[in-house]
Amino acid sequence: MTSKSKTLPAPTEQRWKPGVDSAAWKRRGKGLVLPVVALLLLEVVVRLGWVPPYQLPAPSDIFITLSDLAAGPLYKHIGASVARVLLGFAIGAGLALLAAAWVGLSREAEAYLEPTFAGLRAIPSLAWVPLLLLWLGIDETSKVVLIAIGAFFPVYLNGVAAIRNIDRKLVEVGQMYGFSSAQLAKRILLPAALPGLFTGLRSGMSLAWMFLVAAELIAATKGLGYLLTDGRETSRPDIVLAAIIVLALLGKLCDGVLAKLETHFLDWRDAFTGEAKP
Amino acid sequence: MSEALLRVRVERKNFAAVTVLRNIDLQLQPREVVTLLGPSGCGKSTLLRIAAGLEREFNGAVSRGGQGGEVAFVFQEPRLMPWLTVAQNIGFSAGGQYDQAWVQQLIREVGLEGFADALPKQLSGGMAQRVALARGLYSRPRVLLLDEPFSAVDAFTRMKLQDLLLQLAEHHGIALLLVTHDVDEALYLSDRVLVMGGSQSSSLRLELPVALARPRDRRDARLAALKGEALTELQLAHVI
Ligand SMILES: Nc1ncnc2c1ncn2[C@@H]1O[C@H](COP(=O)(O)OP(=O)(O)O)[C@@H](O)[C@H]1O
Ligand SMILES: [Mg+2]
Repeated sequence: MTSKSKTLPAPTEQRWKPGVDSAAWKRRGKGLVLPVVALLLLEVVVRLGWVPPYQLPAPSDIFITLSDLAAGPLYKHIGASVARVLLGFAIGAGLALLAAAWVGLSREAEAYLEPTFAGLRAIPSLAWVPLLLLWLGIDETSKVVLIAIGAFFPVYLNGVAAIRNIDRKLVEVGQMYGFSSAQLAKRILLPAALPGLFTGLRSGMSLAWMFLVAAELIAATKGLGYLLTDGRETSRPDIVLAAIIVLALLGKLCDGVLAKLETHFLDWRDAFTGEAKP
Repeated sequence: MSEALLRVRVERKNFAAVTVLRNIDLQLQPREVVTLLGPSGCGKSTLLRIAAGLEREFNGAVSRGGQGGEVAFVFQEPRLMPWLTVAQNIGFSAGGQYDQAWVQQLIREVGLEGFADALPKQLSGGMAQRVALARGLYSRPRVLLLDEPFSAVDAFTRMKLQDLLLQLAEHHGIALLLVTHDVDEALYLSDRVLVMGGSQSSSLRLELPVALARPRDRRDARLAALKGEALTELQLAHVI
């Protein structure tokens, strides 16, 4: 799993090295065109007075609000939200991986557990909110549990699918060598299931952020969701938009970390990268 | 001859209600090269899996003679772990702490110098099958079982790999039991060709000895003559 491909004497494959070659920068530049044009357009539209600023503040105003917040309470809110997401995600994803391994590896466990999970999955997760509030109160616990529920199912579903999609032929190689169950799990099942597990972890992470906002919109005194509510109650769309931007950046950051880990561990995949020939 | 390295007796092998194999008794002597020849679906793979111990539900017995000779298996597809390098794949049975020197030697012997750190996705089909051969040799087996190992590569690569296989078997003193559906391959490689077939369930229908010294020449007229005889016999035995 920690294997690294070395360059071959044969034709070496082109690798995408962020921040090194100019082609990569060109690609990034292309991605920036649309947002930059949109921002400029918005700025002009608001400055010309076509849209009232109390409904849609100019991008420059949002930026000023953002830097004001950054000088003050922003980090408190970010810290609260990030702590909730990470804790909830760790609990939800951890339990989901255990459940997925159990159900994925044992038909017996699947027979007992899968119908229950299928039933629970049918409940839209936000429907748990009133119960969680009743049972756990409005403080941290209910928020973390809600986020954990949100992160659980994508990780669990992708985990089971990843295990069930493992090539039987590779498993047979291990059986031929007389591997024990533990050896089989560590040396074949886990690495073979890793791509699917990462897919699950990444969608679990994005759902964790979604459920964080839901939890904080309902009841919170700090956090980015609280900032959203606060902005609405004080008729400050610039605060709402600033909070949205921070949420987007944090979500992207978390996904980026997982994506980095994914490319690091799954370097060996022989996958289509989007273009037939570079 | 001395005591057989491997003896496989199958009275009956069923898949559900269907009997696939019946009344088979097969022996492999040290350093012998034996091929199982037969049409697709006649149970060649099943017999080989029984010999390898991968298939346990059958009536009969598998015995390994002598000093508990190791048996290794090479599959039809390379079946390399895509996340491991060539060297790690070859030493896969030993896990992280494989014998580096032995792996390096095997890499040289199968002609893959410079590819020790390559990943399977960087290999051609023929190269991947070379890695699979080396992985089979890693445990220093006395018997190598091969299930149509060269059926997925082109004709040129196949000839090269056949010669490589014979050379490795000779060098390491390994007996080969090889499944194929290619008459030429069977005759070129083996000391004995065992023909499988049968209308309902398969058994060993006939045995064709190939008493030619190695290295053989593919253009050898005697091979061509043997092929003629073999085809006649196959027809008589209603295998083709
Ligand atoms: N695991 C299995 N379950 C049920 N039937 C099988 C299984 N494996 C093989 N068979 C059947 O047994 C017969 C022999 O298969 P196989 O040994 O793969 O033939 P060959 O290798 O000669 O092509 C085929 O009819 C196949 O459908
Ligand atoms: Mg077969």
